[in-house]
Amino acid sequence: MAVETTAAVQPGLSIGFFDTGGFFETYLLPFVIMLGQSVLLLTILLIVVAYILYADRKIFAAVQMRRGPNVVGPWGLLQSFADLIKFVLKEPIIPASANKGVFLLAPLVAGVLALSAWAVVPVGPGLAVADPNLGILFIFAITSLEVYGIIMGGWASNSKYPFLASLRSAAQMVSYEVSIGFVIITVLLCVGSLNLSHIVWSQLDGAGTMLGLPSSFLDWHWLGLFPMFIIFFISAIAETNRPPFDLPEAESELVAGHMVEYSSTPFLLFFLGEFVAITLMCALTTILFLGGWLPPIDVAPFNWVPGVVWFVLKGMAVFFCMAMVRSLVPRYRYDQLMRLGWKVFLPISLAMVFLTALVLQITGWAENRPDPASLAPTASVSSTLHST
Amino acid sequence: MNVVGLFFYLFSAICVASAFMVIASRNPVHSVLFLILAFFNAAGLFMLMGAEFLALILIVVYVGAVAVLFLFVVMMLDVDFAELRQGVLQYLPIGGVIGIVLLVELVLVLGGLSITPEGADLVVQPIPDMAETSNIQAIGDLLYTKYVFFFQMAGLILLVAMIGAIVLTLSHRSDVKRQNTATQIGRDPATAVTLHDVKPGEGI
Amino acid sequence: MEELLLSYLPVLIFMGVALGIGIALLVAPFIIAYRAPDDEKLSAYECGFNAFDDARMKFDVRFYLVAILFIIFDLEVAFLFPWAVSFGSLGWFGFWSMMIFLGVLTVGFIYEWKKGALEWD
Repeated sequence: MAVETTAAVQPGLSIGFFDTGGFFETYLLPFVIMLGQSVLLLTILLIVVAYILYADRKIFAAVQMRRGPNVVGPWGLLQSFADLIKFVLKEPIIPASANKGVFLLAPLVAGVLALSAWAVVPVGPGLAVADPNLGILFIFAITSLEVYGIIMGGWASNSKYPFLASLRSAAQMVSYEVSIGFVIITVLLCVGSLNLSHIVWSQLDGAGTMLGLPSSFLDWHWLGLFPMFIIFFISAIAETNRPPFDLPEAESELVAGHMVEYSSTPFLLFFLGEFVAITLMCALTTILFLGGWLPPIDVAPFNWVPGVVWFVLKGMAVFFCMAMVRSLVPRYRYDQLMRLGWKVFLPISLAMVFLTALVLQITGWAENRPDPASLAPTASVSSTLHST
Repeated sequence: MNVVGLFFYLFSAICVASAFMVIASRNPVHSVLFLILAFFNAAGLFMLMGAEFLALILIVVYVGAVAVLFLFVVMMLDVDFAELRQGVLQYLPIGGVIGIVLLVELVLVLGGLSITPEGADLVVQPIPDMAETSNIQAIGDLLYTKYVFFFQMAGLILLVAMIGAIVLTLSHRSDVKRQNTATQIGRDPATAVTLHDVKPGEGI
Repeated sequence: MEELLLSYLPVLIFMGVALGIGIALLVAPFIIAYRAPDDEKLSAYECGFNAFDDARMKFDVRFYLVAILFIIFDLEVAFLFPWAVSFGSLGWFGFWSMMIFLGVLTVGFIYEWKKGALEWD
């Protein structure tokens, strides 16, 4: 350790970088592979976001007995792409009184930060651009930064509606982040590792396997930590400023919130960031509570299906619930929103941290938590689980 | 390791440059944004030393929470910063003295280590091998048992901060209506509704 | 060590690609879109009339209070992360150590609640 630290701090000026013969193999090839994976994941992600947007509008429309987008392409399937082109061709407006640098930086921060959290999300067994030790902490860090896009946008616009919206939004996001943090802690208490893949693998065993059943949906954390599952779902909606917690952009009072002064692609970037954050929250719910890519029951027809398919299906199911909440629940008032966050969720999640730790300690499960590194199943578990 | 060196110089150069811009830029909001950039690069430096947990916690706590408060203050408070800046030369001597004291301390600590490198071996708790124990595990194994006193101290300091913030800022307004959910939920049809049999032409 | 850094390198590259996409999107309309700015378009939006006064106004101190309380609870969560990881090997001592820490902050939380710091007007 000591040797390596000095090496990192005083790297010297040798040009070994160039004279080791395998420059291509050691440096360039891994780089190109990582680049390729990143581009692939981002492309898929953006296409998924396009259809999530479409689904959101369609579900909203269906609840209100409307048709929703149905003109561009068959059943309106290409609507989001038409919107993209429209946004790019719109005139970009920078208000005269705005602080130009920060005004343009804000949407960039909002969009890029939301996208970059996806770097550590494992969508299938071993299928992640990066799978660092502290994956969940990385995501927690990135989500805590998302408030910057909104504050900067609201301030730089130098206009009243964006200013009020960014104030509201910052206080709201910050409030719900506290309970999200505690919810994550209760899951980590059961897992013992911050690696997202380990969190998924740890859900192979649970309540169901204790009763002698095969590994199934009864083992996932949603059952053992049920109150936290609900709190996480609601906090995720509040954290992404989705209705019924969309006070920052409540159309009837603040027009479009922090995005009032934005047009063209700066607006699109805010919008994109918001929806990418929503997909991220769906993925995180899936990983923390719904067993990630694990099949609902580990028996023949189900575990033939590749893990990615289960992951996507579960994420979609969570998103469907969010879309239904959006269409069915009336908007909160601001004092009610703050009360829910600070006076309901915070005490409950604090108590659940205590309770979970107590149960784990009394039953001795804490000491017998499996070693995170050995959680990935070996050949004894079904073959599809580790095919990739 | 050479790539690591490259990143080291990149992070530290940006860190120093943005730290300079924090005190040099005219707009206080830009100062805070540069401060955030400096935090990010410091996190990168932590990461290069293998302290991944500290790196991410630096981002969560300082960038995600403390800098949000800073940004709140400089963006939303109606302070004339140009006026504040005029007194900057007055405070230059005292600021300079503090800076020099910090510099001397840094030189003493790092210089001592380079004169007697064996001093580094005298640490109470050897750092566990990184291949076996992760950074976060190493902290967790020590902080709550061996250093429990300091840990509880941290808790008390947080408590004082919490109480201090409330005492200093809270002003309770009495002229507003507040929602009392308990009484609201506690109402039932028996107490909320009265039925009257109204005769025609009489009213209640 | 090197393994650790390699596990974060793709994150950096991913962020780089995301930044590329973001900048491309941000710059595109400035290159290809039609632009005809005028005074009305560039003025601050205020439902059709001219803005009365400066948008940078003073506001309720409660927002600062929320931010400060958030910092404290965020630090609490930060302390909980390593605890959750080493929980298995800490035993009852580690458990009660954390419970006292949480208890102290719960006292602060109750104080805050009783003082009405969590109520919004």
